Amino acid sequence: MAYERKIGDTILAVDQISLAFGGVKALSNISFSVREHEIFAIIGPNGAGKSSMLNCINGFYHPQEGTITFKGNTRRQVRPSEAAREGIARTFQNIALFSGMTTLDNIMTGRNTKMNKGIFWQALRYGPAEKEEMEHRAVVEKVIDFLEIEAIRKTAVGTLPYGLQKRVELGRALAAEPDLLLLDEPMAGMNLEEKQDMCRFILDVNDEFGTTIVLIEHDMGVVMDISDRVVVLDYGKKLAEGTPDEVRTNQDVIDAYLGVSHDDDEE
Amino acid sequence: MFYREAGQFKTSYNADQAIFTITQDKFFVGAFLLIAFGVVPFFINDYWANAILIHVLVYALAGLGLNILTGYCGQVSLGTGGFMAVGAYASYKLTTSFPELNFIVAILLSGGITACVGVIFGLPSLRIKGFYLAVATLAAQFFLVWLFNKVGWFFNYSPTGMIVSPPREVFGFLVTGPEASPAVRYLFCLSVVTVFALAAKNIVRGRVGRSWMAIRDMDIAAELIGIRPLEAKLTAFAVSSFYVGVAGALYFNVWLGSAEPTEAFDIFQSFFVLFIVIIGGLGSILGSFLGAAFMVLVPITLKTIMVDGMGFAVGAAKHVEVMLLGSLIIFFLIVEPHGLARLWQILKEKLRKWPFPY
Repeated sequence: MAYERKIGDTILAVDQISLAFGGVKALSNISFSVREHEIFAIIGPNGAGKSSMLNCINGFYHPQEGTITFKGNTRRQVRPSEAAREGIARTFQNIALFSGMTTLDNIMTGRNTKMNKGIFWQALRYGPAEKEEMEHRAVVEKVIDFLEIEAIRKTAVGTLPYGLQKRVELGRALAAEPDLLLLDEPMAGMNLEEKQDMCRFILDVNDEFGTTIVLIEHDMGVVMDISDRVVVLDYGKKLAEGTPDEVRTNQDVIDAYLGVSHDDDEE
Repeated sequence: MFYREAGQFKTSYNADQAIFTITQDKFFVGAFLLIAFGVVPFFINDYWANAILIHVLVYALAGLGLNILTGYCGQVSLGTGGFMAVGAYASYKLTTSFPELNFIVAILLSGGITACVGVIFGLPSLRIKGFYLAVATLAAQFFLVWLFNKVGWFFNYSPTGMIVSPPREVFGFLVTGPEASPAVRYLFCLSVVTVFALAAKNIVRGRVGRSWMAIRDMDIAAELIGIRPLEAKLTAFAVSSFYVGVAGALYFNVWLGSAEPTEAFDIFQSFFVLFIVIIGGLGSILGSFLGAAFMVLVPITLKTIMVDGMGFAVGAAKHVEVMLLGSLIIFFLIVEPHGLARLWQILKEKLRKWPFPY
């Protein structure tokens, strides 16, 4: 692939984040920064705090210490709905679709924050609300085309197979046209073919829309292949940060993954 | 064989998102409305209007309201009777305090007042869910009925504690009071319910409806994609209460003519409307109508068959009727837990393939 990728300035800076649930320290003093248009992976063994990190970024958890700077706004705590309005979208480790709604409605819901016609216009429908609805439908259809899920447009998502549900969930996140897309284990539980499809979508999203992507993934082959930079967490601490090659050769990372006892690698 | 959509293509997103996408459906609904508006009023008499048609329409409207809250937004409410009382008493105070006020405006205003009350009682929904919320809304039911019973201002200090609807006109036709003709009252109810049903359908297939359904299906995910739970839940409470309030106003003014809170708006009203919604189908506009028709017509049909057809005593027939209705409800819920609306949908699916299912 010969396209030019322009990695821009920092879009998301995480500074000294600490998060504890009672006595359990889920994250301690984590700092890293994500630059515009890059694919950034967070990896680490189970319980390392990866999902907690994502939850802090989009406001679902409120860290006790530290700040998160997104597009120049520095904050520690934010409501999830406000984070979404600022341009952070995400998918979930366990699928969190609206199971009673169709694929189309699910993805349309992703555009809710962009729509603003009040309830009286909605009740009338004809006129502004309809026009708005059609404009957004057109965008949603683009997402549907992009993800190749045209055939299941009118199917209730509860009845879809797992791989497709994951794809619809990605569609819902994409429909919001986010600046930052958080993917929590997008390939968990998929077979090789589905993984390849999902990788292709992630790369295409990044390439075509220039969306910055932060992803958590356990499949090291995928992570090393598609990400520009990687941060490694273990027991809530940051072990390493850098390009896939740097991380791969880092001794701490190797120890964490191969299970050297933690008392030994204290410095 | 005749119910096919083959050859009907959509060329715009708008056509694809129409309420009735199949030509046969449009035809059927059009014919139904034509008969309801154009034919029925000429043949209607007092019994049909009072016992059946207005009865069904008023409960269908209340069902629509509760369906918005419970079926679309997933917030269980047992306060429907109380909210209907708010609508009824608001319309009573408005029509008696401002006799010049247009009756339609009075009805809409009482809906608005009910919406405000609904929002206040909806506030707990931000913290509590499911059965606990249902119990919290019970407070609304009991408090409101108690209020209307105790505070004389609400019933204009009438010695009996009853409220009686004053005669009011709409476009020169008397719609309330004992002199109003059944045809006019029926047409008025039908128009209100038609307009409100269309508005409800429009709301639930638009942005607001999707945010309600998102909250219903998975509230955390909804919040993470930018839906404010506060806004979504309170608009659901407001719109739902508005509908229930208007239904209460119609119930009192157009149907009953007079009411007394402890009987007309008691907890059984709340349950009755909840049954309508559950049997008709949660999350379905059509379901509210089917449920209301079922809950109103089945007892009447059973009674007519037993008393007039089989010569039962009225008292005995009443007991048998309650038992039969109960077993029918259980039967339908076992056959299709998603209500009559889903049965109807399945029937339509079957009809599309009939008579060659493969």
